[in-house]
Amino acid sequence: MITLTGIHKTLGGQPVLRGVDLEIPAGRLTAIIGPSGEGKSVLLKHMIGLLRPDRGHVFVDGVDIARISDKELNAIRKRFAMLFQSAALFDSMTVFENVAFPLREKQLASEPELSTMVQGMLDRVGLGNMGHKYPAELSGGMKKRAGLARALVTGPEIILFDEPTTGLDPLMTKSIHDLIVAMHRVFGFTGVIVSHEIPKIFSIVDWVAMLRDGKILAMAPSQEFQRIPDPRVQEFICIDDAPAAVAPCREH
Amino acid sequence: MARIPVLAVRKIGAGTLLLIEEMGRMFLFLLRTLSWLCRPPFRFSLIVKQLHFVGFKSTFVVVLTSTFTGMVLGLQGYYSLRKFGSEALLGSAVALSMIRELGPVLASLMVTARAGSAMTAEIGIMRITEQIDALETMAINPLQYLITPKLVASVVGVPLLVAMFDIVGIWGGHLVGVNLLGVSSGSYWSSIESAVEWRDVYGGILKSISFGLIISWVCCYKGFYTTLSAEGLGKATTEAVVLTSVLILVWDYFLTSVLL
Repeated sequence: MITLTGIHKTLGGQPVLRGVDLEIPAGRLTAIIGPSGEGKSVLLKHMIGLLRPDRGHVFVDGVDIARISDKELNAIRKRFAMLFQSAALFDSMTVFENVAFPLREKQLASEPELSTMVQGMLDRVGLGNMGHKYPAELSGGMKKRAGLARALVTGPEIILFDEPTTGLDPLMTKSIHDLIVAMHRVFGFTGVIVSHEIPKIFSIVDWVAMLRDGKILAMAPSQEFQRIPDPRVQEFICIDDAPAAVAPCREH
Repeated sequence: MARIPVLAVRKIGAGTLLLIEEMGRMFLFLLRTLSWLCRPPFRFSLIVKQLHFVGFKSTFVVVLTSTFTGMVLGLQGYYSLRKFGSEALLGSAVALSMIRELGPVLASLMVTARAGSAMTAEIGIMRITEQIDALETMAINPLQYLITPKLVASVVGVPLLVAMFDIVGIWGGHLVGVNLLGVSSGSYWSSIESAVEWRDVYGGILKSISFGLIISWVCCYKGFYTTLSAEGLGKATTEAVVLTSVLILVWDYFLTSVLL
């Protein structure tokens, strides 16, 4: 579905991506992990055309979105949604208006239908009675939930999650992870999650890819990923306070 | 020693290139915004909302400044004209100053300070908090959704505010000249009627339309391309207000020299 080949990107004079090759499996949840500042979010933004590569190709169902016009790109973007690190809710709108926004703009539903759809989505993410509030009145976890509701409401085929649990406590992190898994089961979208939540992320995604030194160092199904013997992978994923989930780490 | 001039030339050259690049980016930003102006969907509700913000909410500060500008013009004009025994021309002096120059320039500077700075801050915060990226991911062009309503509102709202500035300013001059200093009310109004021509009004309207464009263009541009930090946004807001004010004054000179 999404294939990146030879992606190079330099930002502010610094090379960030140095030849990324990556294929995102359709209908699955894929995590992109890696040290901070390696360009994971930059890579994610290439997948939806927010950034264009200096070199390389980003194929979405065979169409190179790095080489098409804005109009064609917008047509492809209608199949996407993105949950940003900061949730990126429009602060001049209420939660309800935020979730209704893509439906209204794309004229995907009449007003009565829209009201039912938005309220239904808010109920699903546990914000059923928060529709009248403004983003500034919500906690970090609630903002992420509202952002997820806005991402899901149009029924996208692909959802990109940019560090969806950054800054949240462990309970809220689990709650957001559970919500992503539950929504994936219901809607069956292709999901790409940039995350630092190791080892928790291994239990919710199907595939894991690790970005290191501007390239994909390794990619494997999540259960196998932890057994990759590469010392750079092991160094990154082995942490002392996660005995059960990262048990394989100890063997290396 | 020989390195010092080389370094100086290199620095000047780099600065010049940066300036040219910035100017080019500003013009492209304007052209792309204008190209989105005539493409559907047309979001009239956003234009009305921006008109309320740029126009209606600037009314108080415009009325306040125009009243005192008119009053001080009345005062200064009276004492200057009295030296030549021409107090009866006070009305025309106040009205022409207001309509040709002070109205468009001062009202635009007030709008820059109140609404222009807010435009930069609003768009800049949207950039920093990824709200602009969010719009793009929803296949909504941010220039069309965010910038064009502000541009239309400024181009429509500023001339209306300038008209208000002119009228209130002339009344301010009347208050001081007629009510306080004893100039005849009839001569105040008749001198306006005989001195002010359609050309003066037309020039003022033309100026205010172009100033409205400059305000929304520069202030939105600075917010749209702000660096992603609180300090960067503060700098962008300051630059927006300073650059807009300077451009208004410079453009005013060129327009005046053409219109006179």
